Amino acid sequence: MTHAPHSEVAQHVADAAADHADSGVFPPFDPTYFASQLFWLTIFFVILYVALDRFILPKIKTTIEDRRDRIADDLDAAAQAKADAEAAGEAYEKSLAEARTKAHVIAADTRKALDAEIAKETAGVEAELATKQETAEAAIRKAKEKAFSEVRGIATTATSAAVAALAGVDVSEADAGKAVDGLLKAKEA
Amino acid sequence: MADTNPIKQFEIHEVFPFEAFGLNLAFTNSSYFMMLTAVLTIGLFTIAMSSRALVPNRAQSVAEIIYGFVADMVRSSAGQEGLRFFPFVFTLFIFILVANMLGMFPYFPAPGAHSFTVTSHLIVTVAMALLVWLTVVVYGVYKNGAKFLRLFVPSGVPWPLLFIVTPIEIISFISRPISHSVRLFANMLAGHILLKVFAGFVVGLAAWTVGMEWGPIPGYIFGIAPFAMTLGLTALEFLVAFLQAYVFAVLTCIYLNDALHPGH
Repeated sequence: MTHAPHSEVAQHVADAAADHADSGVFPPFDPTYFASQLFWLTIFFVILYVALDRFILPKIKTTIEDRRDRIADDLDAAAQAKADAEAAGEAYEKSLAEARTKAHVIAADTRKALDAEIAKETAGVEAELATKQETAEAAIRKAKEKAFSEVRGIATTATSAAVAALAGVDVSEADAGKAVDGLLKAKEA
Repeated sequence: MADTNPIKQFEIHEVFPFEAFGLNLAFTNSSYFMMLTAVLTIGLFTIAMSSRALVPNRAQSVAEIIYGFVADMVRSSAGQEGLRFFPFVFTLFIFILVANMLGMFPYFPAPGAHSFTVTSHLIVTVAMALLVWLTVVVYGVYKNGAKFLRLFVPSGVPWPLLFIVTPIEIISFISRPISHSVRLFANMLAGHILLKVFAGFVVGLAAWTVGMEWGPIPGYIFGIAPFAMTLGLTALEFLVAFLQAYVFAVLTCIYLNDALHPGH
């Protein structure tokens, strides 16, 4: 262990010396491999350039552009959908307003029709009632007249009977009737 | 025992010898890491984008974020017309980023048994910077013709000043590939050397103090300070690895903007 490092160092120093003895120049300025480096640089640089120019860069470009287009398309579609939704909302509002006015019209019409019907029926019922009242009034009048005439007969009889009982005078029915009529007339007047 | 040579990580090892046109074009560990960079990038992006989901998963999100990051960078620096260079800028950015990140592995299954940062070799960054510079010149002249020269004559400058400004503009334009490439190269090189030096101190101090005893304190306690430093530097290097890829790409966009709109 103690000897190995020293011998290795010695070996490396010898190697380094040998390497330097080969060229004797600082490697980056050693012209031995200038032609080789230029040759291989040209080959690999051209390969890299062609691969990037023909295949890789166009692929990245189209990928980025596709994404950009897709995003723009999606934004357009979203704007379109928003406009559609707004139009639909407006149409809904409009139809709602129309329905409301229509409902008002229907309600007004119905009310008018009902009013007319009610008026008609009321008129019918009133007419009927008026007829009934007239009939009833006529019946009452008749009954009244009848009662009056009966009252006259009773009064005449009662008068003659009262006169006969009080005065002892027979009064004819016709005279008694005349007196009652006169009294009735006086009362009515 | 760990190898504490801070330069070793930049060494190039041949894997398959290959010669053409009298040039040594051997497949090396550098080529291996370039290959890995390309394969990993293509593979990971392909897997990430395999589903192409409308709602992305995590991998797909990362792929799309990187795409958006680079696209925004190009758009803000070079304008809408700059997007024709988007694949080019994207390739540069991702290649440098992945290569830098692969370089952050302390050990890696690779030839030479050490990790390798492709961008820590000047020739690689020079090649990329020159590619950008030539693209600017060729496309600028192709699109604007002689008007491309207006690049060196800034508008709104009083004409006597143009005698000074124009040479400065020309020199700055010509020196662009130098600053562009050296910035990336030097950052990666210096960062990795620094990291390796401090990591070496951990072993070095511990080894140096073996056998020295200060009462109950063992000698290797001195390894803690450089270890903490290495830890901090590693975090910093991750930042630098990303930042330098970003800086390289942004400068590319700014230079391409000159080709698209000269005369600013």
